Amino acid sequence: MTLEITGLKVSLGGRDILRGVDLHLEKGRVHGLAGESGSGKTMTGLAVLGLLPHGARATGRIDLGGRDLLTLPPRELNKVRGGQVAMVFQDPATSLHPMLSVGRQLTEHMRHHLGLGRAEARARAVELLGKVRIPGAEEAYGRFPHQFSGGMRQRIAIAIALACSPRVLIADEPTTALDVTVQAGVLRLLRGLCDELGLAVLLVTHDLGVMSAIADEVSVMKDGLVVETGPRGQVLREPAHAYTRSLLDALPGEPGGPAEPGGKA
Amino acid sequence: MSNTASGKTPLPGRGPEQARARRRGAHPLARFLVRRLLTAVLLAWGITLVTFVLTNLVPGDPVAANLGQRALGDPAIVAQWRAEHGLDKPLWEQYALHLQGLLQGDFGTSQQSHRPVAQDLAEFVPATLELAGAAILVSLVLGVGFGVLAALRRDRLSDHLLRVLSLVGISVPTFWLALVAFYVFFYRLQITPGSGRVDPALGGAPPVTGLQTIDALLAGRWDIFASAAGHLITPTLVLALYTIGLLTRFTRSAVLEVLGQDYVRAARAKGLPGRVILFRYVLRSALVPIITVAGLAFGSLLSGTVLVEAIFAWPGIGQYAYKSATTLDLPAVMGVGLVVGVVYLVINLIVDVLYGVIDPRVRLQ
Ligand SMILES: Nc1ncnc2c1ncn2[C@@H]1O[C@H](COP(=O)(O)OP(=O)(O)O)[C@@H](O)[C@H]1O
Ligand SMILES: [Mg+2]
Repeated sequence: MTLEITGLKVSLGGRDILRGVDLHLEKGRVHGLAGESGSGKTMTGLAVLGLLPHGARATGRIDLGGRDLLTLPPRELNKVRGGQVAMVFQDPATSLHPMLSVGRQLTEHMRHHLGLGRAEARARAVELLGKVRIPGAEEAYGRFPHQFSGGMRQRIAIAIALACSPRVLIADEPTTALDVTVQAGVLRLLRGLCDELGLAVLLVTHDLGVMSAIADEVSVMKDGLVVETGPRGQVLREPAHAYTRSLLDALPGEPGGPAEPGGKA
Repeated sequence: MSNTASGKTPLPGRGPEQARARRRGAHPLARFLVRRLLTAVLLAWGITLVTFVLTNLVPGDPVAANLGQRALGDPAIVAQWRAEHGLDKPLWEQYALHLQGLLQGDFGTSQQSHRPVAQDLAEFVPATLELAGAAILVSLVLGVGFGVLAALRRDRLSDHLLRVLSLVGISVPTFWLALVAFYVFFYRLQITPGSGRVDPALGGAPPVTGLQTIDALLAGRWDIFASAAGHLITPTLVLALYTIGLLTRFTRSAVLEVLGQDYVRAARAKGLPGRVILFRYVLRSALVPIITVAGLAFGSLLSGTVLVEAIFAWPGIGQYAYKSATTLDLPAVMGVGLVVGVVYLVINLIVDVLYGVIDPRVRLQ
């Protein structure tokens, strides 16, 4: 078990946002997290990295390799961030710094966490850009985010997340802000990286179609609780919870058998 | 949580723009600088035109202002004076001559001091540059520093104190502050030296830059430096207080705004140290609005020098401008207008260039 969240509760401003979330991520597996907007998917991801909004209180346990991330001192937590757990955000148009070059954003945490020199970091960055299939990786290294399309920017964000070889990757709706035509390509990339690098991936999405295409396990959240969890086939074909059934019914296509996301990269 | 999908115009990485940039071979920043410089030259020419036209539009007869009653009664003297100063020629010809002179560093002759205006300016401009430059430096360091501090300690005691300071800075009129400071620190407490730039008993350092403090340092004269700095400090703070207040307030809100951005959270998620996030991620973005406001504020700081110079008897261009304007000394007025215009131009140029240096989206457009 790579990352184990048990009984995670988060309250913010007197409101209980998460009410006891349990999630288990495993090496080389993609865990899909679905649920309507506001159900607490993003907060769950942020809690793992200790990035909850100011004033939020989190209790429970988030276990990574025997250590509880919720009680880690700030210095140690900063080593985990980027180093062992990385995150890809929803909108690459806002999650990359517009004034820093792609190379800078790819190498700065490598140099900080791994202590790499300038040249080593650069070589690794170019290699990573190739790995996420950015054409012309050498040239892309010196460019700025605004010179790339949305899909390319999200690939760059993924490369940044993978730079320090984390064990866990949290991807918070990584395709929601992208053109439909490039969504499938980014998802395929995530799946491939998960298999190749043995990552434990938490893929947050409200799109069950996405889920059925690449997730191994699926959890469904509602009002700060995980209401259903299990292998993809089981959850998507024989949902135990009424809420999951209603999500599935809302999908276009034949009921209970969501379609593959179409389009090309 | 931000669900906005803003600014998603897909710009292909190998667009025609990049290809064109590569063909021209120049570094994008260099091309950006050249473009800005050319614009500045054009604007400088515009300034000569505007100062010339405005100066010649003022109601009031320079002849009457410069000749005595007796001479005014004699048409021959008046005509001779007009011819001497080129006032009998058509306006466009006067402008052509004026421009030709300017290009050779000839600003005409002051009708009051009977010295070349260029010489007068060389004497008075450095004093103002020293005062205004010190005020700009102080307001940048303190204003931006206070603003960042207030943002980082939001809603805590230091934030509240700084808010009061910036409110005072913004609302107290400069001339009033100058008078009060002069009265309290010089007249009552006698802790600051009074008027002028340096203790007359010390003479002054041999002029190199014209800035007393710098010249004193260059000459290794610590006594002169101390005196010059002592004379500089009160008028500088008086002049800077408004800009300090303004910059504190703007920096605070700019930093708070950037702190809420997605890319700052992404930087935290990368485990970067707090100081790297502050300087590399937050300040870089916040500088864009700060620079805009600072550029504008420095313009108004310059007009504030006229008052401050008058009250602290600072022998700068403000004093010279006042004297020239009240005596309708047209060449002097034009010279001052030109200098002020060029200073504004330089400030704007610096602001523009900084935009390009900080923000690749500006220089790569
Ligand atoms: N900064 C915040 N301050 C207060 N409440 C918040 C904040 N961000 C999110 N919430 C609340 O937390 C709950 C869960 O939000 P979130 O995790 O973003 O949902 P999801 O990602 O599933 O759409 C929502 O009810 C939302 O209103
Ligand atoms: Mg969300």
